[in-house]
Amino acid sequence: MKHLIASRMERCIGCHSCSLACARLVHKCLSWENAGIRILSSGGLSTGFTAKLCLVCDPAPCAAACPTGSLKQRKGGGVTQNKKLCIQCGKCAAACPVDAIAQDRQGNPYVCIHCGSCVEFCPHDCLELREAEG
Amino acid sequence: MITENFRVLEVNLSTGRSAIRNVPGVETVLGGSGLAAKLHMEYSRPGLAWDDPSQPLVFAIGPLTGFFPLMSKTVCAFTSPLHGQYAESHAGARSALALRFAGIDALVIIGRSERPTVLHLGANVIEFMEAGYLWGKDALTTGKLLRRILKGSGHRTIMRIGPAGENKSAMACINVDTYRHFGRLGGGGVMGAKNLKAVAVEGNGSCDLPPGKEYSALFADIFRKLTDTDMMRKYHNLGTASNLEALNELKALPWRNLQATSDPGIGGITGERFADDTLLRNAACSGCPVGCIHIGFVREKFHKDNQYLYRQVGYDYEPIFATGSMLGLTHAPEVLTVMDEVEKAGLDVMSGGVALAWATEALEKGVVTQEQTGIDLRFGDAQGYMRAVHMLGGAVNDFWRTLAGGTMAAAARYGGGDFACVLGQEMAGYATGEVFYVAQGLGLRHSHLDTGAYTYDQSKAPKDVDKALTFLLEDERERVILTSMVACLFARKVYDPETLRQCLTVLGGQALADGLDEAAARIQKLRWQARASGGYDPMNVRIPKRFLEVETWKGRTDPQYLEELRLAYAGAIREMCGPEN
Repeated sequence: MKHLIASRMERCIGCHSCSLACARLVHKCLSWENAGIRILSSGGLSTGFTAKLCLVCDPAPCAAACPTGSLKQRKGGGVTQNKKLCIQCGKCAAACPVDAIAQDRQGNPYVCIHCGSCVEFCPHDCLELREAEG
Repeated sequence: MITENFRVLEVNLSTGRSAIRNVPGVETVLGGSGLAAKLHMEYSRPGLAWDDPSQPLVFAIGPLTGFFPLMSKTVCAFTSPLHGQYAESHAGARSALALRFAGIDALVIIGRSERPTVLHLGANVIEFMEAGYLWGKDALTTGKLLRRILKGSGHRTIMRIGPAGENKSAMACINVDTYRHFGRLGGGGVMGAKNLKAVAVEGNGSCDLPPGKEYSALFADIFRKLTDTDMMRKYHNLGTASNLEALNELKALPWRNLQATSDPGIGGITGERFADDTLLRNAACSGCPVGCIHIGFVREKFHKDNQYLYRQVGYDYEPIFATGSMLGLTHAPEVLTVMDEVEKAGLDVMSGGVALAWATEALEKGVVTQEQTGIDLRFGDAQGYMRAVHMLGGAVNDFWRTLAGGTMAAAARYGGGDFACVLGQEMAGYATGEVFYVAQGLGLRHSHLDTGAYTYDQSKAPKDVDKALTFLLEDERERVILTSMVACLFARKVYDPETLRQCLTVLGGQALADGLDEAAARIQKLRWQARASGGYDPMNVRIPKRFLEVETWKGRTDPQYLEELRLAYAGAIREMCGPEN
């Protein structure tokens, strides 16, 4: 079971290539927001960047909050997503303690599924897909 | 995806009303530069002053914006406070993608707000925020405050002005997300005239992509060319600052108001020096993996008990030329400090630096007096320049108010036109020779980016007017395509015409791809017509005497070649300014 980890964010230049790759390859759209990883400037560009993404909780509060089973606990941490079951209630986004789930204007949630599609598009190796420990 | 019409948001600051317009012409003007010129021609009122409320301020993106790497720039168009005619200025940061994700191809702002205002936009928001409390704030403080006030951190752009813009200076820039700028020709002054302190755009929408794998494969191919080859190494390594040493070596770097073109003091301001001593980190425009933005660090002791403040300042070749060699400053931290003050004042760094260089020589020569300037300026004195920057931005007295209207305007009033380093506007940092002087002097944006004339000067091309003219016209036409997409010009080797055609085609724009050459010629002409509608006559442009005195690695400027090329280029521009046959 692999986890996406933003382990070297101090190298980040804020190009958003990871978010755009996630939106493009996983969610089939062009977006900053409709992505499982999102980059924010931490207090303006002058102080660097942070990544918002799933921190592989186990148990995951978002899965617990999901009333339909659209998000389910993933073995080893994080969640799996079945978009067809989503009713856009927003409970998952509200339950995430680190604001890692974004909702688009229709209320659809976007959460990292740890597929690693973004990794090769980071020009500075800020991201890695790492085998879960234990 | 390529659409049939442009989606244009028109905001009227006088009435507080907005409209979404479907504007035809995607196949004829493409977007970016072409769209900006088209919209400016439609909205502008050539008979009225540049600061008349009806004059438009346009921000336009292109058909490839966000869809491919380095398609990351926005074109800003307006009637310039410097010359009262059509002007274009380009910037990146997050501006282009924010507009894309706000769902518009262009934003047209007309009217004038009664009170200072911030325009806040997004895919589902258009609102005006009272901004009286921001008026008078510098451009960096304004950004900090608005970041706190508005939501959408990281996924928005904040385009704002400093005091220079509020004072309607012809040298006022629009600061974009702290480290990028719509720098030249006074766009900041246009915002000031509209009582518009900032435009904040949330990129909170999304766009469809073509089905199938072809698009993603093409994206990945281009991305790899940009990141896995040495093509872009220059830009993320030392950055454009690497040019300082090279141009100084060639005797083509302007020093002390272009009184020299080379100086042993270069060692303190080379790209290596900035990288080794000051480079804190790099940053990128959104959608660009190159990361050419170089942020330098300088600390300053403000109390004897080891109390320091620090500044983080974006640097590049042009800002170092303008606040370094041009002002005789040869210590990188001092250059960054002056640059930081320029940022706060909201001045275009090139125009501001060159204007201060002229003021210094004017004081030296007694053309103006210290009573008039209110300050003594000396080449190499950073403290004086730190203060003078704010006198210029603040237009604090008659002298500085006049200079804020452009160095040539000040020279017209006080004298000193012979040594005003003005080529249409204050010069960019290339004392490379006749082709560059003519290109910037007469060029549409009076920018070193209209064409690669400074590179042409450095080639082994013979002094042949016809060849130089052909280069200027063809290079402009090639760049017009890129600035209509809107690509960063650093990517011009990656985005050759064939690659651009592939990009357009995969997004459903086969017709645009097929008609690219015709569109290039059309847009080139359209921009000149936009300029001409404001009364531009290239024949009236003169190259100041200082440029004839320049001595480079090739020797002294050849006045005959310069004049013949000036006349030839002016003639060609006049032809393009004319109506369609």
